[in-house]
Amino acid sequence: MSRDRKSHLKRLEDESIHIIREVAAEFRNPVMLYSIGKDSSVMLHLAAKAFYPAPPPFPLMHIDTTWKFREMIRFRDETAKRLGFNLIVYTNPEGLAQNVNPFDHGSSYYTNVMKTDALKQALTKYGFDAAFGGARRDEEKSRAKERIFSFRTANHGWDPKKQRPELWNIYNTRIAQGESIRVFPISNWTELDIWQYIMLEDIPIVPLYYAAKRPVVERGGQLIMVDDERLPLEPGEVPQEKLVRFRTLGCYPLTAAIESDAATLPEIVREMLIARTSERSGRLIDHDESGSMEKKKREGYF
Amino acid sequence: MSEPAENLSAQDLIDYLAQQENKTLLRFLTCGSVDDGKSTLIGRLLYDTKLLFDDQLATLERDSKKHGTVGEDIDFALLVDGLEAEREQGITIDVAYRFFTTDKRKFIVADTPGHEQYTRNMATGASTADLAILLVDARKGILTQTRRHAFIASLLGIRQIVVAVNKIDLMDFSKDVFETIRDDFTEFARDFGFKQIVAIPLSARFGDNVITRSERTPWYHGPALLDHLETVEVEDEQRAKPFRLPVQWVNRPNLDFRGFSGTIAGGSVRPGDRIVVAASGRTSTVSRIVTADGDLDVAVAGDAVTLTLADEVDISRGDLLVAATDQPEVADQFAAHVIWMSEDHLLPGRPYLVKLGAKTVTAQVTEIKHKIDVNTLDHLAAKELALNEVAVCNFSLSQPVGFDAYAANRETGAFIIIDRLTNATVGAGMIMFGLRRATNIHLQALDVNKSARANLKGQKPVILWFTGLSGAGKSTIANIVEKRLLAEGRHTYMLDGDNVRHGLNRDLGFTEGDRVENIRRVAEVSKLMIDAGLIVLVSFISPFRAERRMARELVESDEFIEVFCDTPLDVAESRDPKGLYKKARAGQIKNFTGIDSPYERPENPEIRLESGAKSVEDLAEEVISLLRGRGIIA
Ligand SMILES: Nc1nc2c(ncn2[C@@H]2O[C@H](COP(=O)(O)OP(=O)(O)O)[C@@H](O)[C@H]2O)c(=O)[nH]1
Repeated sequence: MSRDRKSHLKRLEDESIHIIREVAAEFRNPVMLYSIGKDSSVMLHLAAKAFYPAPPPFPLMHIDTTWKFREMIRFRDETAKRLGFNLIVYTNPEGLAQNVNPFDHGSSYYTNVMKTDALKQALTKYGFDAAFGGARRDEEKSRAKERIFSFRTANHGWDPKKQRPELWNIYNTRIAQGESIRVFPISNWTELDIWQYIMLEDIPIVPLYYAAKRPVVERGGQLIMVDDERLPLEPGEVPQEKLVRFRTLGCYPLTAAIESDAATLPEIVREMLIARTSERSGRLIDHDESGSMEKKKREGYF
Repeated sequence: MSEPAENLSAQDLIDYLAQQENKTLLRFLTCGSVDDGKSTLIGRLLYDTKLLFDDQLATLERDSKKHGTVGEDIDFALLVDGLEAEREQGITIDVAYRFFTTDKRKFIVADTPGHEQYTRNMATGASTADLAILLVDARKGILTQTRRHAFIASLLGIRQIVVAVNKIDLMDFSKDVFETIRDDFTEFARDFGFKQIVAIPLSARFGDNVITRSERTPWYHGPALLDHLETVEVEDEQRAKPFRLPVQWVNRPNLDFRGFSGTIAGGSVRPGDRIVVAASGRTSTVSRIVTADGDLDVAVAGDAVTLTLADEVDISRGDLLVAATDQPEVADQFAAHVIWMSEDHLLPGRPYLVKLGAKTVTAQVTEIKHKIDVNTLDHLAAKELALNEVAVCNFSLSQPVGFDAYAANRETGAFIIIDRLTNATVGAGMIMFGLRRATNIHLQALDVNKSARANLKGQKPVILWFTGLSGAGKSTIANIVEKRLLAEGRHTYMLDGDNVRHGLNRDLGFTEGDRVENIRRVAEVSKLMIDAGLIVLVSFISPFRAERRMARELVESDEFIEVFCDTPLDVAESRDPKGLYKKARAGQIKNFTGIDSPYERPENPEIRLESGAKSVEDLAEEVISLLRGRGIIA
């Protein structure tokens, strides 16, 4: 990135690198959580930059719910290899054995078991004491107050009273035995910042962000992609080829597509600039109940 | 955000984004008392810079009708509210961060709740802000709070101030009202070291002078708020300072590469520059400035870089690399402004951790020079600091560190204070100047003596003298008490028959004379342990008043607590844990207390535990409460 002038993106990049280095230096066993979305792709890119010419000194971990888009999984493996990360993939074994899925069990139970519980299990299993996540403060009103370092009890719980004030760029990283933190190095980035940075730095993203003809069904006003044969079709539902793309990526049955012909980065950014709905409206789990972000955080999802 | 995005061609858009790439960043803080219109102003900025999406707007319109305070109009405050509700739920919100952007700049707004006790939160928000907007209600003028906000902003080193004279619509857009407030503020803020104060007459609710100049204030010739925010100069100062780089990380992928990574905290650096490691004084020359985007010719304040040096110098995380030509202070003592952020008071002499840059060291406050009343700015004497109090303190560190005065550099002059037991961030510090040992008379406070040793352990030494019949429960209760103390991080030691009789007092039997000597030795050992700063638990039958009095008189009156385990003989005898009563009754043990030797009940024990009815846990809890009540533990 050009350095003759200190652009806002440069300052955001510097801040994120500072945070990532601080965690690597102060924690015994950090891990970077990889959701494969655009935000965590930016986070990975920043981590690679932070330790250049060395590879990042911590592994990547993906919590695989088994319901991710196939293109995401392919992209995940390529990216880990390209950036020199050691990749850990974890799936909740009990959830897998019981075939917990979004249809028979409802999205909120499913998310709990396959995502939240799985993450807690994995953190415990590997003894990670710090986990990087790609959440941003502008994602939702309630996230505005989130700290960059979020402290978790030995049970991965979030105790609002145990959180610490963050002054300057000096982070208190001390934890007791068994406790851990979640760190959000891109807290201060907005969706627009992310896209601009992806353009500037040529960061590869999952092709699902670009418009293409994809088989979808319409449910409750939302377009759901039929990514594999596991999606139960309701009576009368016939998948249709539509020109669609995704603004946010997750489990395919829970992530709505939008109709769009934006097939290049500039087109995506243009669409974003004139978009009239916020990013999260495509994420079905947030509609389940109001205040669900807060609740999910307490339960350990973030 | 620019509105014509819809009409842009892909190429236009690329150009547009390229121009956006040169946008700068401004971080600012908004301060005001409740109802000054802070939320309305921030909501208005978000709204007018069109950072809202349709679904958010729909929610806003719905909520405005339901909860709004402005009738049928849109209540912008609802866009950002939510801090108060959470405070009521007992959740501490320090700061909420909001984002908006224009073609010229990206803005990060630190929004802090406006309450009296929120010095801590304002300081947190201010620590990363370049500019502060102080809201003043035009109807009320400059209030105590305004003064407090201005003081904290100046304490945290904010140099750019906007005085937003809000609700000017309610004062008929009066020029006089505005000018009086502006002049009052300028007058009292004269000594605060602000570089620039800009006063703007505003109506957050109706938008006057927020985005564009209002026709309703024709007499006002200054900028609209957004104009000022978009153009105010904040960055270059940091670059003009001497070079500083706190080393965060030593980058060593292989034997051929050894880089020192960190974020430049002042000035600039080029290959060939002479640098010094502040604490060790070793020097070297910069060979490369390494980044993933290629080597740089120059790096400046704020850049996260990796330097390689021409020489093999011993450098590790926490070291400060500095310009050879302009070095910082290096000392293990300094004076600093402190903002205390914890319910637990700051106690001089108690060991804390201080984190300064990437360096964490043990430190203590040797003296509180004075507190500063944040409302009147009066200096007050103080022995401790409570939550949200501000003071000037002298610090003593376990090792010398490199630093600058906060006034000279906000990055190398700032530190946080961490509690060693809870790991909480309990304070923020801003260094004023280093203290040289020779000239610093307060070093005497560090003499090695009883209180220094006790202070280091963060406790008051005391003897807990458990007395009572055999089987009364002394050791059991004392054990529980000790465990509880240990769990709270107290330094304790237990003296009882088991560990004393087998060693120190091996030569003593159970005659009356030996019993007296036994207690005398135990009392003297306890006294030494008090001197060492410990909480000593003594568990001996100690049947005679005289010996107990002797033990009591060896130490200060507040250092001795007699714990009488008052268990009736029949109860103790029925427990008979070691079968001793049985043997005594059978005449196999002579001089057994309660059987053929007297137990003299304490007349005025500090605490009497009746073990018949209650559980040992409850009895131990009574002891703990007594210790709390006496301020021996927190
Ligand atoms: N007339 C008028 N009312 C205002 C103005 N700014 C805010 N208010 C009203 O003052 C009240 C408190 O505003 P709010 O933004 O919630 O204050 P906060 O506590 O500082 O965040 C609300 O009823 C606002 O509508 C203004 O410029 N003019």
